[in-house]
Amino acid sequence: MSKSVLGLYDDPNQAADAMDALKEAGFAQGTFDVLTGTPYPEGAFGEHVPQHRLFRYPAFGAIIGFTLALFLTTATSIAYPLVTGGKPILSVFAMLVILYEMSMLSAVISTVVGIVIESRLPNVNPGVYDARITEGMIGVVITTEDDQADSAIAALNGAGAMEIKQA
Amino acid sequence: MQQRRTIDQIHTNRVLLNGQLDTPKWWAPTVITLGIIVAIGFFMIGIMVNKGLGVTGLSRPVYWGLFITTFVFWVGISHAGIMISAILRLSQAEWRRPVTRAAELLTVFSLLTALLFPLMHAGRPWRIVYYILPYDFARGIMPNIRSPLIWDPVAISTYLTGSTLFLYIALLPDLGNLRDRTQGWQKALYTVLALGWRGNPRQWKLQTVGGILLSALMLPIFVSVHSIVSWDFAVTPAVEGWHSTIFAPYFVIGAVHSGVSAVVTMMALMRWLWKWEDFIRPEHFDALARLLIVVATGWLAFTFLELIFAVYGLDAPELELRDLQIFQWPWNILFVTFVFTGYIIPVGMWLQKSVRNNIALMFWSSIFVNIGMWLERFLIIVPGLARKTPFVYTWEAYRPSGLEWFILFWSLAWVTFLMLLFSRFFPLVPLFEQKESQTFGDSIKIGRVRVPAIVREAD
Repeated sequence: MSKSVLGLYDDPNQAADAMDALKEAGFAQGTFDVLTGTPYPEGAFGEHVPQHRLFRYPAFGAIIGFTLALFLTTATSIAYPLVTGGKPILSVFAMLVILYEMSMLSAVISTVVGIVIESRLPNVNPGVYDARITEGMIGVVITTEDDQADSAIAALNGAGAMEIKQA
Repeated sequence: MQQRRTIDQIHTNRVLLNGQLDTPKWWAPTVITLGIIVAIGFFMIGIMVNKGLGVTGLSRPVYWGLFITTFVFWVGISHAGIMISAILRLSQAEWRRPVTRAAELLTVFSLLTALLFPLMHAGRPWRIVYYILPYDFARGIMPNIRSPLIWDPVAISTYLTGSTLFLYIALLPDLGNLRDRTQGWQKALYTVLALGWRGNPRQWKLQTVGGILLSALMLPIFVSVHSIVSWDFAVTPAVEGWHSTIFAPYFVIGAVHSGVSAVVTMMALMRWLWKWEDFIRPEHFDALARLLIVVATGWLAFTFLELIFAVYGLDAPELELRDLQIFQWPWNILFVTFVFTGYIIPVGMWLQKSVRNNIALMFWSSIFVNIGMWLERFLIIVPGLARKTPFVYTWEAYRPSGLEWFILFWSLAWVTFLMLLFSRFFPLVPLFEQKESQTFGDSIKIGRVRVPAIVREAD
């Protein structure tokens, strides 16, 4: 049975100390995290710098959008071959706008999907949390087995936690 | 950043969430009044749909009038969001922080409003469906995807979808904040909308990187949208005054001019109504005014270029049109008003530091700009159609009907109504941006003075 423990701090230095204490106590990277109400510089708490693949999403989306737009413009033009001003039925310049807009639309949608997925959202079981985090407190949270919870609490308290919450 | 003062996060929450947690007394009466105007407007639109376009002043040869002018006007206003949000985000301009949300919101609601005008203008809006779906499957008649009238809705829908998603992604941290501050059904609503946001380093990193990536993607869309709107006119060779090769950049820079001015209007109202003096400060208006001087002057250059290109060829119909547009009654008075309100008065004001730091004067100067920019669109669209031409048996000047004027003012009430409704449920200023600014804020001693400063990561 795993347990979630949260230590609350009002000083970033103490939160960084808590992260160090958890590492020293032998907890693996990825089992503990820091929660803040505002972005801090990367590595401010000695945390593992997260890696992501967000840049792949817009490229993938743009290719899908372009392909769909090419199909739409080509298929509708061929399905009803209306000659306009003696121009070819498949007139590339007239199709460019649709190709461009649909590629961009698909790139934006896939980027947003990427942001959500890479942020590990939606998170239906967020675990222990405290509303004061969005008031400036810094939370250090760890998910561990029941028998190691005391060791985690000791590490968090050792860094000067104002309060410990468990769930 | 001389006017910035240190504010703790609890105070930031209390002040910037006052619209959601402690609704101001003026909010309900204002929304009810606007709601009545909006309802009357929809009733008027219903009358127009029922009776037909005969209730408007539209008639041959002027078949594009107030509705299309207002459509272009609202698309122009919508350019505020991406101009402010994306460019300032990409350039990491510190003064963007209180502005971005309102600007993005203005984009979304003005685009929604803009989309309504071609529907009204169509007279029988349900027939618009044939632009999207096959007219008749049995005979294989498909929408002509090559038509500029298809380009327009595709571009605007792309921009609207992208802007709405951009707005939502940037709202996630503040939705988490609202979830933490509310109870009951509101908490349930914000819990769902926040998607389980907790504020760990991964989520913050994705918020930052994603914001920059979306900004970079939205910028080319923003340029394309008003370019495509301009091509509604520019690809029509039969109408002098419309068929211009510089219309795309001319429309884009005009849209930025009117959109950023609309952001100034909105920021002044936000500062007054919600009493956000600590967050929306004179320095923000000063920065916007400096930006607007550059944008307005660029736009003026395009205005003159458009005129010069038109008359340089000494083409008789083109010269007749310019004569009508600039020297003939009643267009001449509109032209003079347009030049004065669109450029001379506001830029003359913004050149004074005392004006740039005076919220009331900035508010009125931004109103002037948008009067001028609406007139600019009217003067581009209508005189070209109203001019006497050889194959037209009627050329009487177009007089918009009372109903058209009401619907124009209705659109202003409608956008304000939507904004106020939004403000009841979501913060108009991004809280996490303000808090980040405080986290990164410090002061450094240089010689004998202590200067407020903002620290930024190197990459």
